[in-house]
Amino acid sequence: MRIAKLLAVLLSAQLWAANPIVIRNATILTVTKGTINDGSIVIRDGKIVDVGTKILAPAGATVIDAMGKYVMPGIIDCHSHILAESINEGSVSVSSMVSVGDVLNPESIVMYRALAGGVTTANILHGSANPIGGLSAVVKLRWGKSANELLFEGAPPGIKFALGENPKRRGSSDASPAVTTQPANLRYPATRMGVEDVIREALLDARNYQASWKDYDAKKARGEAAIPPVRDLKLEPLVEVLEGKRFVHAHCYRQDEIMMLLKVADEFGFKIRTLQHVLEGYKVADEILAHGAGASTFSDWWGYKMEAVDAIPYNAAIMVRKGIVVSINSDDAEQMRHLNIEAAKTMKYGGLNETEALSLITINPAKQLMIDKRVGSIEVGKDADLAIYDGHPLSTMSKVVQVLIDGEVYFDRDKDIEQRPVLESKKKALLQKTSSSTTTRRPQ
Amino acid sequence: MLSDDAATEAVLFGDAKHPGFIDALSNWGIPAAAPAVPATTTGRGARTPASSTPVPSSTPTAPPARGPEDRPSNSSYARAADQLVAADASIALARDSGFTSAVTYPPPKIFSGQGAMFNLAGERVGEMIVASPTAQHVSFPSAGANGFSSFPGSLMGMMAYVHQVFLDAAHYKEARDIYDKHPQGLVRPAYDHTLEGVLESPRILLPAQRAVEIDRMIRFAATLKVPAVLYGASEGYRAADEIKQANIPVLLSLKWPARLPDANPSIPDSLRVLEVREQAPSTAAALAKAGVTFAFYSDGLAPRELMRAARKAIDAGLSPEDAVRAFTLNAAKVYGVADRLGSIEKGKIANLVVSEGDIFQERTRIKYVFVDGEKYEPGSSDAPAAPATPATGGLQ
Repeated sequence: MRIAKLLAVLLSAQLWAANPIVIRNATILTVTKGTINDGSIVIRDGKIVDVGTKILAPAGATVIDAMGKYVMPGIIDCHSHILAESINEGSVSVSSMVSVGDVLNPESIVMYRALAGGVTTANILHGSANPIGGLSAVVKLRWGKSANELLFEGAPPGIKFALGENPKRRGSSDASPAVTTQPANLRYPATRMGVEDVIREALLDARNYQASWKDYDAKKARGEAAIPPVRDLKLEPLVEVLEGKRFVHAHCYRQDEIMMLLKVADEFGFKIRTLQHVLEGYKVADEILAHGAGASTFSDWWGYKMEAVDAIPYNAAIMVRKGIVVSINSDDAEQMRHLNIEAAKTMKYGGLNETEALSLITINPAKQLMIDKRVGSIEVGKDADLAIYDGHPLSTMSKVVQVLIDGEVYFDRDKDIEQRPVLESKKKALLQKTSSSTTTRRPQ
Repeated sequence: MLSDDAATEAVLFGDAKHPGFIDALSNWGIPAAAPAVPATTTGRGARTPASSTPVPSSTPTAPPARGPEDRPSNSSYARAADQLVAADASIALARDSGFTSAVTYPPPKIFSGQGAMFNLAGERVGEMIVASPTAQHVSFPSAGANGFSSFPGSLMGMMAYVHQVFLDAAHYKEARDIYDKHPQGLVRPAYDHTLEGVLESPRILLPAQRAVEIDRMIRFAATLKVPAVLYGASEGYRAADEIKQANIPVLLSLKWPARLPDANPSIPDSLRVLEVREQAPSTAAALAKAGVTFAFYSDGLAPRELMRAARKAIDAGLSPEDAVRAFTLNAAKVYGVADRLGSIEKGKIANLVVSEGDIFQERTRIKYVFVDGEKYEPGSSDAPAAPATPATGGLQ
C-alpha cells in the first residue's frame, strides 16, 4: 500500500531520532502550563526537553517551522475499538478470558485516519455485549509498527464491564435463516438486576479462585502433597481487579445502573477507574466523585436508544464543575478523527474554557488511564506526542498538518497529499498487469 | 528400499528423478473431507472475504458452548490415521501428479485433531502410515458472522480458548504426576480425552495468512509454549526475517490469493490487495533466502494444479532445487521424519518421482512414481503397475 512512503517516513524519523528536533514559532497549547505564543519545543530521544519562548535551536537540530500554527498534546481517546479484529466475545456473560490485545491489526487504515485527526494514544476496549467483557489495550498510534510495538509501555492493564441494555440482551432466539439449525443461545442476564448478579457472582468466583491458590501455596509451604489449581484465564484478570492491579472501564448510561456498579465495587473493595458513556452522570456526579471514578462521555450524542434519552450535552461540563476527571471519547473510528471538535462543544454547552475543553481529550484521559506522567500535556520530560494544527484546534476550520509520537513524525499532511498520485499510478499499473495477463494467456 | 535396478533404469533413460513429492497439509485419503479451512482469520478489518465454512462449534443438536470447559469444536483426540481410506480416489489422483506421500488431517475444527503422514499407495492403511501423530491442527473458523451464538464466537475468543486448553493440558499432566506419587489423600484427577489428544501431539499447526497474522501467531506460539508450525503464509514475503528469527517452520499454501470469480466487478480491489496478489508467490523465495524451513501444501487445489502453482513461486525467484525441497525434504523435516523420507538416500523409504524433463513445466509428463519401492504409472489403477522387468523383484 504505502510501504514505500512508510519507509521514507520511518527513515526520516530514524534520522530525526538521532538529532534533536525543534518546533519553532508555534502557538503552544500546553494544557497544563498555559498557552505560549511564538514558542519553541525541543525534542530529544522522543522526549520534550525544553518548552518556552527564548530557545535557541541546538546544533544539528531538525527544525519544524510552525509559524502561524498551533501545537497541542497528542489527543488521547479513552474509548475506541479501532485495530481490533474482533470486538465482542458475546457468547458468554463473562468473557474476561479474551483480550483485545491479542487481535490488534496495526495495518488497519482507520489508525492512520485517527492519527491524521491528531490522536496519538487510544484505549482499545472490548465491546459492551456482556456484563464483564475482555481485556483492553492502551496503544500509541505508531503507524507502520507491529502490534506489539503499538502497546503503550507500562500502561496499567484494563478490563471492560458493561451495564444496561447491551449486556441484558438475551441473545438471538429468532435466529436468522443462515443459523436456524443453531439452538438459540438465550443468555443470562435479561434484566439490569441480572447484570448486577452476573458481576457479583463472577467476583465471588474470583475470590474463591484467589483463595484456592492461597490454600495451595500454604499447603506447599507446609510441605504437603497438593495439586495446584488450574490457571483460569477468565478469573485471573478478575483477581487482579480485586487486588487493584487491573482497572475497570465500565460502559453505562443510566444513573441507577451507575449507582449499582459503584456499590458493588465498594462492596468488593476496588475502584471503578472510569465510567464510559455515563450519559446520566450529571445526575449522580457527587456519588461518582465520592467513589473516585473518572467519567468518559460523548459530547452531544443522544437519543439513539432508550437508555440514552435523558442525555444532555451539558453532561461533560457539569461533571467537570463537580470536580470529576472527565474525558470525551469517540467509541467510533469516524468520530475519532475530530475529537478536537467534540471537545470544543463543551464550550458552547456548559461554558468550559479552552484549556478545560482541551483537557477533555488530553490530560484528563491520560489521568484516567494512569499514563499522565508520560503524556497528556506539553511539559518537559513528557513524551513528544504532539499534534500540529494549521489553526486553533478547537476551530472547525483547522486541519492537522503533522503528528509526532515519541518525537517521530507519523503523519505529515503535505507528504500524504504528495504520495496520493504515486499510489494511484502504482495501483493502475497493478490493475493493468492483472488484466493484460488474463487476456494474453493462450491455451497451452 | 528401492532396488538398484529400478534406480538405474531411471538414470539410464535420462529422466528427471526426484524424491517423491509430499503434500505437507492435505485432505487426501479421507473420503469427502471438507475443504481445508483457509488459513485466515476473519473479523473486522480482515482483508480476505469470510469463508463460508459455518461455525463448527456446535452441531444442530448440541447446546451452545458456555466456555472453554465445554470443549467446543474440539476433536484433538481424532487421528487422521484412523480415518484414512486406502482406496480413496484422491490417493491415485495425487500419485499420478508425482506425489508419493501426504500429511492429512481430520476435517477442520478449532482443534481438528492429529495428522498422519502416509504413503500414497497400499492396500492397508496401517502399512501406508509413515508417521502418526504428526501434529495437532488448529484453525480459526470464520465465526465473525455470529459472535453471540456459541463460545468461542470471536477470534480473540478462539485464541483464549486454545490458550486455556493448553493450560488445562499442562495442568492435567502435572496433576496426574502428583497424584501418581501421592494417590492416598489427593483427589483423583478426572480423565479428559481432549487433553489426552492435545498432549499426544508433538507440535501444533497455527493458521497465519497475512503478515499481521504471522506476527500474531508467532507470539501466540510463544505463549502456548509448544513447538508450532505456521500454515498459509501468503503474505510471508513481508515477514520472512521475523519467521526466521522465531525459528518456526512454515507450510506455504500453493493456493495463491486471487480475485474470486464471483467478486463484485463494481467493487475494485484496494492497492494492498493487489500488491499481495502480485507478490504472494515471492514468499517462497523470500523464505528460502531467509533460511526458513518451509514446505508446500495443496490447500484444496487438485493435485494436477500444484506444479503450475509451484511454477509461480519459481517465476518469482525460487530456485527449482528449493522448490523440489519444499515438496520433499522440508516437509519431512517439519514433521521430524527426514531420517526416513524426503531425499534419495540409501536406506530411506523408496519414494521417487520420475518425469520426462523439468517436473515444474506444465507439459512435462510424470513417467512413473515409486511408492515404498513399488512402481506406479500415471493413469493406471490403484494396483502397482505390472512389473515390466524383474526390476521390482528386489524390493524390500
